[in-house]
Amino acid sequence: MKPAPFDYVRCANVPEAIAALSGDEGAKVIAGGQSLVPLMAMRLARPTLLVDVNDVGLDGITVERDVIRIGACTRHRRLERDPVIARVAPLLQEAAGLIGYPAIRTRGTIGGSLVHADPVAELPTVLVAAGGFVVVRSGAGTRVIAAVDLFTGFLDTTLEHDEIVEDVLLPVAGTRHGSSFCEWSPREGDFATAGVALAIERDDDGRCVALGAAACGLASVPLDCSTLLAAVLGETSASGALLRQIARVMRADLAGDPDRADLVGLLAARAVHRAFARSDERSAAAA
Amino acid sequence: MSQTVNVKLNVNGAAAEIELEPRETLLDVVRERLGLTGAHAGCEQGSCGACTVLVDGELTRSCLIFAVQCEDKAITTIEHFGSPGALHPMMEAFRRHHGLQCGFCTPAMVLTAIAFLEESPHPTESEVRSALAGNLCRCTGYAGIVDAVLDVAGVAE
Repeated sequence: MKPAPFDYVRCANVPEAIAALSGDEGAKVIAGGQSLVPLMAMRLARPTLLVDVNDVGLDGITVERDVIRIGACTRHRRLERDPVIARVAPLLQEAAGLIGYPAIRTRGTIGGSLVHADPVAELPTVLVAAGGFVVVRSGAGTRVIAAVDLFTGFLDTTLEHDEIVEDVLLPVAGTRHGSSFCEWSPREGDFATAGVALAIERDDDGRCVALGAAACGLASVPLDCSTLLAAVLGETSASGALLRQIARVMRADLAGDPDRADLVGLLAARAVHRAFARSDERSAAAA
Repeated sequence: MSQTVNVKLNVNGAAAEIELEPRETLLDVVRERLGLTGAHAGCEQGSCGACTVLVDGELTRSCLIFAVQCEDKAITTIEHFGSPGALHPMMEAFRRHHGLQCGFCTPAMVLTAIAFLEESPHPTESEVRSALAGNLCRCTGYAGIVDAVLDVAGVAE
């Protein structure tokens, strides 16, 4: 038993959880606990009250035309295996499978991972790459926060103390969508040294018409790399010349950190290559 | 000192009601309160895997879930699988393939392997290694462990 003492309340719905949070400045939400409990074991976090939201009903997955809405308490294991996620959010599916180990993924949740905001975590990087949003609720109502406005620093977000993430919104992948999450870590399942998430959409001629990309492990928040990788726009295949250019651009941007620059250049080129290959497969399957 | 609470647990099919502090992890409770010492306390921060149990049939780090969160859930520990006189086939295979030495990682390694084969009965070696990646062993070098799991799966090595 390592954590400091705390009180515990298991809530039946979101308003109950918000009320419990509002009533105690030291309160903290717990869902899967796979990031919070290690911090508590090391006493880096000492919440006075744990507000358990596992039973508040935030685990639905619904597709609303061009947006997929994922309940904040949806576990990584489900993201990894749900056929709807595989079809409409393949980048999220791949990233979920890279988180920790099987016994971590059975408990950890998408909302928990996002608000924990670890700079090398996969899901915050996916949220930025995909241009997603979180829907948060407090006593004052709900608001929607874009990925780029959510993360402010190491383990830090723009969430207020009494706000709870209810849903995560991601764009639905198009018929010629292709994506890839490429990361490197010294041991399988361990924290990544760096990673690149990339999603592309292509038109009927195979031309890349939209691109979202983000990298983790380079700064205290996931970095939006869409502009850096703009050379991919208009391309119809992952040619050798394109991949070399992508690696060069990423390396140049990180010139102050040569080892990591080489790694991220390689990961970005690999992500572009895989995204085109998967887009080809998806287009063929749809035809 | 925080409040204590009464929690009803179901461990290996047996009901138990325990008065505990919310900060007691499931690992603390199965070991210290219920005397089930098969789940081992290694890192107690989710890295080593030695405390792995099943919660509602799913592999779970018992050091990363508080016992108070486990009310109404079915907990299964390694003690549920086999006994010294009647080893589970996975335990027998670990013995045969020298898949253990000091034994610290072994209960969780065996439990993880059993749960993995239930989901993936015909794995490749690489899938076995992936499934066990979250369970650290400092003695064997893993080769005997992987051989044991492949043996139980009936996969030719």
